[in-house]
Amino acid sequence: MLDKVLIANRGEIALRIQRACRELGIKTVAVHSTADATQKHVLLADETVCIGPPQSKDSYLNMPAIISAAEVTDAVAIHPGYGFLSENADFAERCESSGFVFIGPTPDLIRMMGDKVSAIQAMKKAGVPCVPGSDGLLPDEPDECLRIARSIGYPIIIKASGGGGGRGMRVVHTEASLLNSIQTTKAEAGAAFGNDEVYMEKFLEKPRHIEFQVLADNFGNAVHLFERDCSMQRRHQKVIEEAPAPGITHEQRMSMGERCAEACRTLGYRNAGTFEFLYENGEFYFIEMNTRLQVEHPVTEMITGIDIVKEQICVANNDKLSFTQDEIKLRGHAFECRINAEDPKTFMPCPGTVDTWHPPGGPGVRVDSHLYNGYGVPPYYDSMIGKLISFGEDRDTAIARMNSALHELFIDGIKTNTLLHKEIFQHAAFKAGGTDIHYLERRLGLS
Amino acid sequence: MDIRKVKKLIELLEESGIAEIEITEGDDSVRISRYPTSGYAAAPQPVAVQSPAIAASVDTPAAQAAAPVAAPVAAPESGTPRGHAITAPMVGTMYTSPSPTADVFVNVGDSVAVGDIVCIIEAMKMMNQIEADVAGTVLAIEAQNGDPVEFGQTLIVVG
Repeated sequence: MLDKVLIANRGEIALRIQRACRELGIKTVAVHSTADATQKHVLLADETVCIGPPQSKDSYLNMPAIISAAEVTDAVAIHPGYGFLSENADFAERCESSGFVFIGPTPDLIRMMGDKVSAIQAMKKAGVPCVPGSDGLLPDEPDECLRIARSIGYPIIIKASGGGGGRGMRVVHTEASLLNSIQTTKAEAGAAFGNDEVYMEKFLEKPRHIEFQVLADNFGNAVHLFERDCSMQRRHQKVIEEAPAPGITHEQRMSMGERCAEACRTLGYRNAGTFEFLYENGEFYFIEMNTRLQVEHPVTEMITGIDIVKEQICVANNDKLSFTQDEIKLRGHAFECRINAEDPKTFMPCPGTVDTWHPPGGPGVRVDSHLYNGYGVPPYYDSMIGKLISFGEDRDTAIARMNSALHELFIDGIKTNTLLHKEIFQHAAFKAGGTDIHYLERRLGLS
Repeated sequence: MDIRKVKKLIELLEESGIAEIEITEGDDSVRISRYPTSGYAAAPQPVAVQSPAIAASVDTPAAQAAAPVAAPVAAPESGTPRGHAITAPMVGTMYTSPSPTADVFVNVGDSVAVGDIVCIIEAMKMMNQIEADVAGTVLAIEAQNGDPVEFGQTLIVVG
């Protein structure tokens, strides 16, 4: 097994990765910025290396610093977590050329899926259904763009090819505003991603966000771990996730899951990944693939009993997948609430010292958080401070356990969105299941 | 027992409210204590833990009357001199001379001007020259030749 893993991330996911390493007997190296020296996983790591000042670009996005830290500690592999450099093909390449195992897919696969247009083209070839769209980048000719939009049918959405994750997008409802919208989106994309290429898709009015988890080894074996419903979003940020997706039949699940696993085999995919779909009127439409571990992986772990992070490490260790698709069973239902250090009404981030952190417990309650009493939440990074996960033998039990857990959860010293979660879990529409991706913003009066 | 680890523990002790630290690593063990007579403060609170196996206790604020750190078991000096710390701007391996056979860049007691090269940090097979950002006299060289260093680590103290 790998001797030593450098965790190139922070916060709750760094702790999660460390826990998997610890279980496998792997030593951990925690790299951190000067603002993060007191993080829980840093204090528990076998070795720590300060890699830079608080700003992410000088620390967690600083490739030379991270690779240098791996060199001086003789790490064998690097786990990038999610966000930061996890989907940076250059980083994966530099890790490998420096002699380290990158715990994730190959740089080429990351690159392919990072370019949203090439990802869609690859998926179409692999037989995965996609949103009707421009089938490629928009050309410079305005007449051609108008023609493409007409053939798709309004409303359409313009998306940056170098974007993803909800960034670099614009919805267009009428032909009159199309050309201006294209120019604006291109300018924004150029500024944000250094790449102003855009494509077009049909805009689905009330879709649900349903994604499939896959796992593949380095020997061509690939499986799916069923789906997650992540429709509860605000500004393209997921707030609550659940597995499995309510209302999806066993046939739909196994059929689409197998198409994703088959696409993995066709593409030679390795390690963990997620196929993201919009689901409307019984149809799945591929939008993008994430070539990394996802924040909401715990809900899939709860319903399958599979430790996805451990599997990632084993795949990187050149182990074959230790289970076949038939051996993966779906049991029960799970929810995850993302706990953020933010004002529950205004959503303004709220860093500060956590005077009291009292997590809930009991059957079917899991807490993934790096918080402890006295921990200072720094202002430099995203505001998620933990994830509260509930599991039950059916959806209603999982809801009841989440309500119970939210009731017990106590955080003092900073503001959190716990109240928002408590409210959502009382919504009748949420309890019925199947709300779409615009539901929360409509409900909060934000759109 | 690694000298660098012991030095780090001494710094940890000095900067925090910890009164005493004991580390056991296999057959080696070292205890570093703030006070000449060891004693544990009442009501220990959860503290920063650095593995492998550490037992530490925390001072109550009242008892934190400034007492010099007791002579540690194995450490070259008992405190960092006051002065300007030239810190590592990157992660890498520190070298005190331009090549293994050459003389060191600076010795304790040498004068340095702004811009003088005081050491090298090797990172990803590239040698980066570290320059003095103040003028003065070299008071201490805190990292040893060949030591791995992290961002912000004190390399050289100039006064």
